[in-house]
Amino acid sequence: MTRSAKILICGGIALAAFGMLYGLHYAVFIEHQTLDRMGGALADGFVHTAQRRMPEARAAIDAYGWTKYNYVRQVDVHSHWIGLAMLMIVTGAAFERVGFSERWRRWIALALLSGSILFPFGVIVQTATHGGTFASGLAVAGSALVTVALAACAIGFLRQSS
Amino acid sequence: MATPATSRDAALGFAPMSASRLLVFGGIALVLGGMLFGDIFAVFVLHQNGGRTGETLLAAAHAAAAQDPESVRNAFTSIGSLLEDRGTKVDAHVHMTDAGYLALLLALVQPYVALPPQRKRRLAQFLVTGGVLLPLGIFLIHYVGLAYSPLRVIGWASVLADSAGALLIVALLGELWGFVRWLRGERTEADKIATEENSWSRRALLGGGTVLVLLGFLYGSWYAAFDLYPHEAQETRILHSLANSAADRDDVGISRAVNQYGGLAAARAVSIAAHSHIIEFGVLAMLLSFVQPYILLSERWKRRWVIILLAGSLTLPIFVLGELKFGLVAGGIADFGGLLVIVALAGMLAGVLRYSGSGDAGIVQGVR
Repeated sequence: MTRSAKILICGGIALAAFGMLYGLHYAVFIEHQTLDRMGGALADGFVHTAQRRMPEARAAIDAYGWTKYNYVRQVDVHSHWIGLAMLMIVTGAAFERVGFSERWRRWIALALLSGSILFPFGVIVQTATHGGTFASGLAVAGSALVTVALAACAIGFLRQSS
Repeated sequence: MATPATSRDAALGFAPMSASRLLVFGGIALVLGGMLFGDIFAVFVLHQNGGRTGETLLAAAHAAAAQDPESVRNAFTSIGSLLEDRGTKVDAHVHMTDAGYLALLLALVQPYVALPPQRKRRLAQFLVTGGVLLPLGIFLIHYVGLAYSPLRVIGWASVLADSAGALLIVALLGELWGFVRWLRGERTEADKIATEENSWSRRALLGGGTVLVLLGFLYGSWYAAFDLYPHEAQETRILHSLANSAADRDDVGISRAVNQYGGLAAARAVSIAAHSHIIEFGVLAMLLSFVQPYILLSERWKRRWVIILLAGSLTLPIFVLGELKFGLVAGGIADFGGLLVIVALAGMLAGVLRYSGSGDAGIVQGVR
């Protein structure tokens, strides 16, 4: 097995295990409570409306918005880490068919690995900073790395076929 | 074309009860089961559930307008139940399909897992068992609820799902340990995968799969950049408008806000479904490219299944996106796309079954 394939397969298995551990931790300790809070905040918003306590109603709806913002990103992080890990493993298994030199393949593998770590990490940082530029930048840079690496793989597969 | 040599090589790594065979069978069956469940869910549950959620939100807003907090609470309890019903079914579909992908992936890397055969088999059993129990547990969450549970928010079905998730993690960590041993130079009985075959089917699945994944990524990036934040802001804005209309007893405003909320929920759902399905189908196509040597069918039939699979993989996400504009017609075509993928998968699974049967009887040979 080439070094580039090792980077992808080893990194992919480790990332999948990490993504699952993260998901398990989230499901056991955070998810149920978050869902409870989210549903509770929305219901409170309309109960306060029924009581014509509009400032409290608005605060509850805003709280629902923020809780959902976090929830969506936490679930996305879990699914993207595992999804990208699986993509790395399958690409790694076929990496000898990418029609570039091993040196280039190593760069592509490193780009795919670092992008797969950075992109969901940037998304999770967004939950702490609520849309901060640094967090969004991390996510954008990570997804750009993955996209470029994947495009290179597609070109490499085509080169090999031809 | 599957030559006698490649088939013989593949047979070496496809011994009866081997980890590879268990993972390939289990993997395709899990993906097939997950997709079948997803198609049934899309046809019989998804739209009906969305409609009922909208009606209940409308009832909640009218109760708020009538200054009846008790009815508001009841309506939101119903909405919670409807969302849980929908969410657990989506999760069951996603987790079963993904566990299948993981099984197929691990079948690929078996030659690089330096563990004794019986331990590899045990890990494969853990993975397939976890892959079945995890979606089952998730599916049951809505029906079992907190019945007989000693915990405040976690029911027995969640415990089943979490335990199955832990089983998957154990299997994955075991495979990782075997891979680390392989990297350290340890070798056990070879579990050979026939990677040298370079048939049209294999190339089409590998190339087509990569292009599908790339398209999915590009669409996902577009959605994250231009739609995600506006959608989130729009949701809060609509809810504020709904609350204000309810406070003003403005029935027209209430109906308008509820309709907008339904439209937004649909727009988000189809965007996310298109993004995730095209990527998952791409990964599936790439994975199936490795299974081709284990499919005992003529090359013509192998090509047919590949074309049907790729056509379905492209049809479903494109027409899911079209649902917003063309309604149920596009939804029906999307479901048909899903059915194409299911049929192609069943065809390939039949080929793998033929291969195993022939291999066990000692008559594996090239099929032209």
